[in-house]
Order: sequence, then C-alpha cells, then structure tokens
Amino acid sequence: MNSDLDLFLWLIYPYICLTIFVFGHIWRYRYDKFGWTSRSSQMYERDILRWANPMFHFGILAVFLGHVMGLGVPQTWTAAVGISEGMYHFLAITIGVVAGICTIVGFVGLVYRRRFTKAVLGATSRMDKLMYLVLGLVIVLGLVNTGSQLVGDYNYRGGVSIWFRSIFYFSPKPDLMVAAPLSFQIHAILAIGLFALWPFTRLVHVFTAPLGYIFRPYILYRTRDAHEGSRSRRRGWDKVDTIPRRR
Amino acid sequence: MQVMAQMAMVMNLDKCIGCHTCSVTCKQVWTNRSGAEHIWFNNVETRPGQGYPRTYEDQERWKGGWALNRRGRLKLKAGGRLKNLSTIFAAPYLPGIKDYYEPWTYDYENLTTAPAQKHMPVARPKSLLTGENTKITWSANWDDDLAGSVENGHNDPVLAKVSDKIKFEYEQTFMFYLPRICEHCLNPACVASCPTGAIYKREEDGIVLVDQDRCRGWRQCVTGCPYKKMYFNHKTGKVEKCTFCYPRIEVGQPTICSETCVGRLRYLGLMLYDADRVLEAASTPDEHGLYEAQRDVFLDPNDLEVIREARAAGIPEDWIEAARRSPIRALISDYQVALPLHPEYRTMPMVWYIPPLSPVVDAVSETGEDGERHENLFAAIDRLRIPIEYLAGLFTAGDTKPVDGVLRKLAAMRSYMRDINMGWEPNEAIPESVGMTDQQMKDMYRLLAIAKYNERYVIPPAHYEDAHKLENIATECSLDVDGGPGMGGSGDTGGMGGIGGMDGSFAENPARGGGSPVPSRPEGVRINLLNWNGQGTPEGLFPDTTDASTTNLSKPAHPDHPGTGDQP
Repeated sequence: MNSDLDLFLWLIYPYICLTIFVFGHIWRYRYDKFGWTSRSSQMYERDILRWANPMFHFGILAVFLGHVMGLGVPQTWTAAVGISEGMYHFLAITIGVVAGICTIVGFVGLVYRRRFTKAVLGATSRMDKLMYLVLGLVIVLGLVNTGSQLVGDYNYRGGVSIWFRSIFYFSPKPDLMVAAPLSFQIHAILAIGLFALWPFTRLVHVFTAPLGYIFRPYILYRTRDAHEGSRSRRRGWDKVDTIPRRR
Repeated sequence: MQVMAQMAMVMNLDKCIGCHTCSVTCKQVWTNRSGAEHIWFNNVETRPGQGYPRTYEDQERWKGGWALNRRGRLKLKAGGRLKNLSTIFAAPYLPGIKDYYEPWTYDYENLTTAPAQKHMPVARPKSLLTGENTKITWSANWDDDLAGSVENGHNDPVLAKVSDKIKFEYEQTFMFYLPRICEHCLNPACVASCPTGAIYKREEDGIVLVDQDRCRGWRQCVTGCPYKKMYFNHKTGKVEKCTFCYPRIEVGQPTICSETCVGRLRYLGLMLYDADRVLEAASTPDEHGLYEAQRDVFLDPNDLEVIREARAAGIPEDWIEAARRSPIRALISDYQVALPLHPEYRTMPMVWYIPPLSPVVDAVSETGEDGERHENLFAAIDRLRIPIEYLAGLFTAGDTKPVDGVLRKLAAMRSYMRDINMGWEPNEAIPESVGMTDQQMKDMYRLLAIAKYNERYVIPPAHYEDAHKLENIATECSLDVDGGPGMGGSGDTGGMGGIGGMDGSFAENPARGGGSPVPSRPEGVRINLLNWNGQGTPEGLFPDTTDASTTNLSKPAHPDHPGTGDQP
C-alpha cells in the first residue's frame, strides 16, 4: 500500500467523514430541531408508498442488523459460540440477499413515486436527490458484495470488518482495505461518504426513532414554564430563579 | 381528587349564520402560510354535510379516537402502541391531500401580461402542489349551505345512521352550521398517538399544543384525532393544530375566532375537573352514558372541598374565582344546555355546543302556527324526530333524551321571555315545565341573548407574576420578591376581569382611540418615588408630550407575539 491515495481513502477520509457525522448531528440538533423530521410525503401519494416504504424500511433495518453482525462482531466470537464459517456464510448470504432485494425493490418504488408523482417531486430538495443517488449506489453495491460471496472467496470478516473496527480503536489498518476487492472498496467509500451527508439530509430522522413510545404514559402534561421552546437556554443567559413559583 | 383547570368553549349554534368570519380570521392569524393551505384550525361546516376533511366522522374508516377493547379497557381505535409503531412507515388510515383538497392559486400575472386578444384574459387556477393547471373540485366549505348535497349528502356519516326513509324528509326540514376548532380534550387521542411525545396538554389551562421542535412528522396523531383537527403541514413535515390562541388567552383575551365572531355565539371560560376520574369516565361502557359521565368529571368551584383541593393543586385564587363566574360552567352544568361534540369518541372534548332550536321554530312558523308558543314548540320537538335524531348523532352518541331536554329549555325560554318582553303576564308554568325557576330562566336568557363581552369571555390572565416569564421578556426586577420593595409588579396590564390588556391598549393607543389622542407613558418606565430626591419631577410620572415619538412607542402592554417556539 502506502500510495498517498490509499492512505487518504482508508485512513484520513473515514475520520473526516465520521467527524462530520458526529458534529454535524450535534450541530443540526442544536440549531435545526424544527427541520428534524422524516418529511413524509404520504399525503401526496399513498398507493406506492403503502408497500414500498415498509418494504424499504424493514429491509434496511435487516441490512443494518446484518452489518452489525458482519462488521461489529469478530469472527472469533461467532466461532466461539459454535457457528461454523460455512454456517455463518450460508445465513449471511440468504438473509442478506432477501433483505437486500426487499430494500432495493422498496427503494425503486420510492424513487419511482418521487420522480413520477408531480407533487412528491415538487417536495424533493436537491439534497434529497444527492442522498438518494448515494444511498442507491451503496445499496446496490452492498447487494453485489453479498452475492459475490457465492462465487468469490474473499472473507470480508478477515479484512473489511477488521479495518472497520480498527477505525474505532484509533489504530487504523488501511492495508486491509487495499487488499479488498474493488466492489467492497467502492461500497465502503460511498457508505462512508453517506455518513458525511447524513446530518444534512432527512436521514436524521433515524436517530429520533420513537422507541420510547412503548414505555411512556398515553397522556402527557407539561407546565407552561417548561416549554420556553424546547431550546435550552444559551450559556450565560440563565435565569435567576429566585422567586419561588406559586405553581 | 386531582383538580385541574381547563379553558373551554361553548358555541351557541342558534346564532351561527355560517359567515366563516371565524375561519378567515383564524387562518389569517395562524395558517396563512405555504404548506398550511389546507390547514383550518377553525372551519365551519354545513350540517348535514360531509364535514372537513370529507367524512371525518366515519371512524370505521378513519379509526380516530378511543374504543373499548373486549375487557372493557380504553384503547386507541387505530391500535395500541406496537401496532402504532409498526405502521409508522405507511400510516394506513391517514387522510390524503385529496380528502382535504388540493391547494391552488390563480395565475393572476396573466391578467396583466397577456397579449392583446379577442377575449378577456383569465386567471387560471394552478395547483400549489404541482404548479400545473388544475380544476377546483373541492375545498374546506365546498358543500356550504347544502351545495351539492344531492350528490354528496348521503356521504354524511351522521346522516347515514339515520334511516333512509327520514333522510329525504330531513333534508327538506332544516340545516345548520357547525363551527369546529380543536376540542382540547381531557383525554386527547392525538397526545396518546404521538410516538415522539411532542404533543402535550398544558397543566395550567389544558390547552393541547404541538411542540414544533420535537414533532418528527410520524403523523399518527392525524389518525388518532377523531375530529381530524391535527393537520400535517406538507412543507414543514410537521403537524399543526389549533392553539386555542394561547398567547391571547394568557393575557386574558379571547381567541381570535371568538373575538371576531359576528354572531357573538362563542363563550370562553374555565372548567375545573377531576383528572383522576377522566379515564374512568371515558371508559363508560354505554355510549349514551358518556355525556353524563363527562359532566360528572367537572367539579363545582363553589364546593369548599373542591376549593381546598384546587388550592392544594396550585390553582391561583383568581382562577378559582374565574371558574365560579365561568359561562361555560353555567351552560354545561347549571342550565345543562350545552352538549359535547361526539362524546362517543371517548376523548372527553372540551368545546361544547348548544344545539340549534331555530330550525324547529322555522318549521312551526312555516305551518302558519305561532312559532314562539311553547306548546307549539314542544309539540314540534316531539314531532320532528329526524332533526332530533341527527342532533343526537352529533352531540349525545345518538341518545335523543338530552337533546330533547335542551331544545325544550330553549323553547321554554323563547316563549317565556316573549311574554315578558311584550309586557304580557309571565307564565310561571313555562319554566316549571322544563324544571327551571323563573330567575334561572331569566339568567339563562341574559347569558344566551345579551351577555356582554366580559360575561361571554371570563378568561383569567396567566398569573401575572409569571406572565413576563412566558415570553422570556427580561422584565424581572431583582427586588420583586415577597415583601421586597418592588413587590407586586407594575400592574399596568392583565388585571382582573379578563380584558385589562384590551382596555389598556385601547386607551393608550391614540390610533385606535378615535377621539382626542391620549398621551401615554413610554413602555417599561416605572415611577419610583423611593428614588426621587424631591427635586424636579420623577421620571415617567408625566407623559412626555414634547417628543412625539414616545406616543408612537406605546403599544399594547401585553406581549403580542407567540415567540415560545411552539408554533411557527
């Protein structure tokens, strides 16, 4: 390795993108809570959305879990609990292909309605379009990679996965990516690029998935004092709360 | 007992002429924005009719509100928490924009830029969603005054419950108008449906609001609200709703719809209720019992125990006093002439209605009989079963008894007061026939017929000691503590009586006064004689007449911008 490009792509670029990802979200949450929404277009069009949207979302949730398994869990761990390499790959490929196809079909449906329903197209921003392009490419390449496991013999759990984890240990191993097949490389580059775009797109809605709903009481009350916008007060502008409240 | 205060409204439908002034002023104030074209916090429907959005009352289709499950427990009609979350990607019962209407504008530019031609240029309607030419086929009041009811009348979900035979007869009998805002329910299904928890009921006055910073546009509340008063803003991707004009209510002013109501048919006031009993009341097994059950949840602010509990719950004295003087309380609990809209949705709505008697009067008058005589009116109420059943379908889950009772009271009042106004011998038998005393009858007449501004709107301002905090205005004085020298605040606005701010602004602002200009004190200047050394004049004691700009500086002393980030 060690051409400058390799060093940039597999070491510097991921850190830049992940930094943008983290600080971008913090920035967006602090300054654009009002813009933090899924921006549903169901009101405009529902017939395609009704099947395509759940298909895409449940598909991509499965894909996400697959990545947690494939990238996050070391091979030695799965081996330790008695999952053989062949078994793992069989599961990964079957589940991965089914989830990937669901995601892609759903994605195509969604993009179709976005392009050909006038009202939905009108509500599509330039950032949306860029995001759909990158997201689409990432998903297609991901499915290609999953499929390639049927013919190729590249063990990503011995390469890409270790590189991915090494980023978070802050002892990156860029050599592992240089050795990976091209389709894996492109998938990784685009996916990391998507993380940099993430905070500036509607994808932010992922991070406010309303899981707390299951545990909260149905009816919520708030006092008037508590809702000075939900913005927290700026530093240095704290109130002097000396008067005991009558209520 | 958990005493809570609720700001509530009653509308007297007899007085509604369907002029839509409330809708228009409300829209100008709150939803005159792109993306909010279809959002009518206040709309006026002609009944019978489909309502807005179309057929919203058909809960078998839209699944709004609550229902009892097999074990008799209350659950959201659209499904519980898990079902709610699992349908988040494609809400199955969400109205589309076509169920409201496609917003449009007109190509006005063409009127001035069209080349010379044989025919007058026209401004064609253009869709605001696609920008293309469009055909206007529906709007928020397209079926006004029964327009198109031959085609659409059968779509009225309330009418559908009244049998076919009487339908035709009914349509010839009468129509009336139903102005609707958010019900600010005691058991709001929208709040319960919101996955994020962005919708909340204010502890102090029960107003239901959407935190615009926390709403993520999951739109389950739109399904949850059986009145379809949660509106998805298609530009911002957030849900908006009637705010009960909380910035006005907080300073003791009526909502815009009430303020501008031409017929003066709206009443505003407080109700005290027992929050601990809401769930039980909403779970009443028999739908016909829901109206009674909700009335039982309300508390009597003259009851000593209630007062004690209210104080314990931190409700200020002036609010308890306002609850005593509340016209809402009089209409709902004392005279029992106001009824809730669709109690069968089990949300415990807090905007109530006095059902209209005038169609009955008209029906009697058309026969040539005396439409003001109580015997004739009583007979007509007995005979006109269809309108009564329809009204019952709206206000009492189909139980005609309460509607009957209300209309009889209104008829009795009409007849009794006519005798008095004509200088005839008052007939004491008339109030007795509906179980009222003559004094009660006269009081009710006063409230319904001639009540003045501050009788119709009894709105205690948000505690003045807190009012400036609401808008984050830095007007706090550090000496303004109990017993401190600045104690008591400036007292320049928001006193008792609810219209202090209104009166003050009127007197202070020469532009509105009409007559001779009244010089006014610059805002924010306080007279503090403690700081005065006896030389000259203390600052702010006399209005500065030399500098014209100070007069212009004066403005209504209440904070007149929402500014709390709850609604854009």
